[in-house]
Amino acid sequence: MITLLPKTNIDFVKKRFIFFTISGIVSLIGIISLATKGLDLGLDFTGGTLVQVKFEKPIEISAIRKALEASGMEAGIQTFTGENSYALKIKGAQQNVNEIADKMGAALKAIPGNSFTEEKRDFVGPVVGRDLSKKAIFAILLSMFGIIIYIAFRFSNPVWGAAGVVGILHDVFVTLTAMSLANREVDLVVVAAFLTIAGYSINDTIVIFDRMRENMRNFPKMPMGQLINMSINECLSRTIITTFTVFITVLILYLFGGTGINNFAFAMLIGTITGVYSTIFICSPIVYQWEHRPK
Amino acid sequence: MNKLHWKIGTILGLLILSFWLLYPSVEWYTKTNDDRAKTEAMRMRPKRILNLGLDLRGGTHMLLELDVEKLDKKEKVYDAMTRAIEIIRNRIDQYGVGETPISRQGDRWISVDLPGISNTEEAENLIGKTALLEFRLVNTSNEAQAVLSKIDGMDNPPFDKAGALAPEIAKMMPKSTILCKAAAGSEGDTRARYYVLEATVPVTGAYLENARVSTDQQFGTPSISFTFNKEGGRLFEQFTGANVNKFLAIVLDGVVHSAPVIKSRIGGGSGVIEGSFTMEEARNLAIILRAGALPAPVNIIEKRVVGPGLGEDSIKKGLGASLAGFIIVVVFMMIYYKGGGFIADVALGLNFVLLMAAMSYFSATLTLPGIAGMILAMAMAIDANVLILERMREELHLSKPVAMVIPTGYDKAWSAILDSNVTTWIAAIFLFQFGSGPVKGFAVTLTIGLLIGMFTSVFVTRAIYEFWLTSNPKELSI
Repeated sequence: MITLLPKTNIDFVKKRFIFFTISGIVSLIGIISLATKGLDLGLDFTGGTLVQVKFEKPIEISAIRKALEASGMEAGIQTFTGENSYALKIKGAQQNVNEIADKMGAALKAIPGNSFTEEKRDFVGPVVGRDLSKKAIFAILLSMFGIIIYIAFRFSNPVWGAAGVVGILHDVFVTLTAMSLANREVDLVVVAAFLTIAGYSINDTIVIFDRMRENMRNFPKMPMGQLINMSINECLSRTIITTFTVFITVLILYLFGGTGINNFAFAMLIGTITGVYSTIFICSPIVYQWEHRPK
Repeated sequence: MNKLHWKIGTILGLLILSFWLLYPSVEWYTKTNDDRAKTEAMRMRPKRILNLGLDLRGGTHMLLELDVEKLDKKEKVYDAMTRAIEIIRNRIDQYGVGETPISRQGDRWISVDLPGISNTEEAENLIGKTALLEFRLVNTSNEAQAVLSKIDGMDNPPFDKAGALAPEIAKMMPKSTILCKAAAGSEGDTRARYYVLEATVPVTGAYLENARVSTDQQFGTPSISFTFNKEGGRLFEQFTGANVNKFLAIVLDGVVHSAPVIKSRIGGGSGVIEGSFTMEEARNLAIILRAGALPAPVNIIEKRVVGPGLGEDSIKKGLGASLAGFIIVVVFMMIYYKGGGFIADVALGLNFVLLMAAMSYFSATLTLPGIAGMILAMAMAIDANVLILERMREELHLSKPVAMVIPTGYDKAWSAILDSNVTTWIAAIFLFQFGSGPVKGFAVTLTIGLLIGMFTSVFVTRAIYEFWLTSNPKELSI
C-alpha cells in the first residue's frame, strides 16, 4: 500500500488564529484591490464591442495599443496564457460592431512585420448586459441560499451550514481578488467558475463535517477541539489526493486549454487551492469558535 | 439469478444501450466536412446526435429584439413574436443554412444561432429586414414640388438621426402625405433623392403570393417579379384602374425602389420591382418577400461571431488538455490504489461513455465550458472513489476480513458522497436560466455528469467488488 502521509496528528484548531489572520490579510488586500483597481467586468455585463485577433508572431501589447491609438481608438487589451491572441475591447460602444471591427483591422494592418487573423467578434447591447448581470447575481445568491438550507437540513445545525457558507464566500472573494490583481476579465463563464468553486469548496467542507458528525456519534464525550482535529487528520490524505487530481486537470486546462477557457481555468486554479485551505483552516475552526463562544 | 446478476446485467445493458445511442454521433463526426454539408443540405441530419456549440464549430449568435412600439396596436405581443419567429425561420430555411436553432427568450427577444456562418452582414440583412412592401401614390402637387426643391437646397438630410422630419420641412408637407427616401441609384448619383407620397396604403406585401428573381432580357440586370394572391390582385386592379396616369411608388421598408407611371389598369395580379440590385441582393430580397414581412422591425441587441479557426483551435486544445488530465488522473489512481484504482478507472471510463450517450440522446450542445463541466463532474466521481478507498484502507487497518471491509467502506463513505454531489448540483442548477450559449452547456454537462458519476462510482464499482468477492479473495489490492 502506497501512502502519501503517515498517520498525522496536527493540531489545526490551536493554530486557528494564525489562519484567521492570514485570511484577514488576504481579504484586506482584496478589498483594497477591488476598491482601487476594481474588477475587469466582461462585455456580458457592461455591454460593448470586442474583437479578438491572433498574430502570427509574438507582439508587444504596447505596439497594438499604439496602432489603435493612431486610428483614434482606445481599447482594453487582454492577453491569454501561451497564445499570441489578444482581445480588444471597447466598453459600452454603441456603434455598429462591424464598423469598429473593420476600423480595428485596418489599424492593426499598419503594424509592420506581423500579420493577424480575426478570431472573434462580439457585440453585447446594454439591455442584454443588464439582463445577464441580474441573472448572474440571482444565480449566485440563490445557489448560496440553497446550499445553506441543504446543509442545515442534513446536519440539523444551522451553525455548520453558516460555517460552510463563510468558507464559500471566503473562496469566491479570494478568487475575485486574484482576478482583480491579475487583471483578468470576469465574464459569464467565470461566473460559472465561481459557482463551481462554491460547489467544490462546500464539497470539501462537507467531507470533514461528515466525519465530525460520525465521530460525534462514536465519541460523544470527546471535547470539540480534539474531535475536530481528529476528523481533519483522518480526512487529510483524501483531501490532498482529491485536490491534487482536480488541481492537475485544471492546471493542464490553464496551460494548454486555449483562449476560450483560460480565464475560467485561472479562476478554478485559485479556487481549488483556497477551497481546501478554507475547509481545513477556516470552516472547522469557526464551528469550534462558535461552540466555545463566551456565554 | 441473484441480486448480483441483476446488477451486472443492468450495467452491461446500459453499456450496450450507450454504444447504440452513440453510434449516430460517431458516424456523423467521422464524416468529411463536405459529406456533412451535403447531408445537411438534404435535411437528412440525424436527430439524436451530440451538437457542437458555436464556440467550438464557429458561427454567429444573434439576439434580436422586436420593436414592440412599432407594432400594430391590434396585435398581441405574444402572437407577434410567434409570427416573427416563424417568418425568420422561414427566411433562414430558404436561404439554405443547416440546423439553425431559433428560440424565444423572455417577452420580446429572439435568439438565432447560425452555425458555420462567420460573415454575418448578409445574414443580418436577411434576418433584420422588416420587408414591409407597400404601394403608394406619389403626390405631385405644387406643395410637394416646393418641399422637394427646398430639400434640394439644404445641406443636411431632412431626417434627423431618430428618423423624424426636420421642423421646417414638416410644416411645408401637404396634408396626409409622407416623405420617403429613394433607393440609391447607379454610381455617380451621390445625392439622395426623395418622394412625397400619399399616406394611405391601398395594397401591401401582405397580399403577395410569390416573389422571384427575374433578369432583364437586354442587360441581364436582376429585378424581382411578384404575383398577388386573388384578393390582392383584385385590389391592385381596382387601384391602378382608378389612378391611370399617376405615379405608383413601390416602397420597401420605407425606401422607394421605383415609381413608374400607371399607364393603364393592371390586371393579372403581378408586377416587377426594379432597382439597381446585385444578383445576391435580388435573391435575398425575393426570399424575404416570399417569407413575408415581420410584424415590426427587429433590432440586433447582441451578436457573437466565432471564426472557424478559433472554433477548431478551441476544440483541439480543449479536448487535448482534457485528455491529458484524464490520463494523468487514471495513471495516478492505478499507481496509488493499485487494483482499487483500476476499478475506479473502469468506472470513470464508463462514466464518460454514459455521459456522451446521454448527451447524444438529448441532442445536447457541447460547448467549451461544457467540456470543463464534464471534467469537473468526473473529478467529483473520482473523489467519490477516493472517499470509498480511503475508508476501505481505514477498515483494513482494523484487520477486518475483506468481505466486511468492502461493504463498510461503501456505507461509511455514502453520506459524504451524497451530500457533496447534491450541493454541487444545487450550485449548477441555477445556471440553467442562462437560456442558451456556453454557460448553459456547462450546467448541462455538470448536472448530467454528477448524476451519472454517482451511479458509476458507487453502484458500478460496488458491483465489480461484489463480483470479485464471489471468488473468495483473501487480500484486497488498494
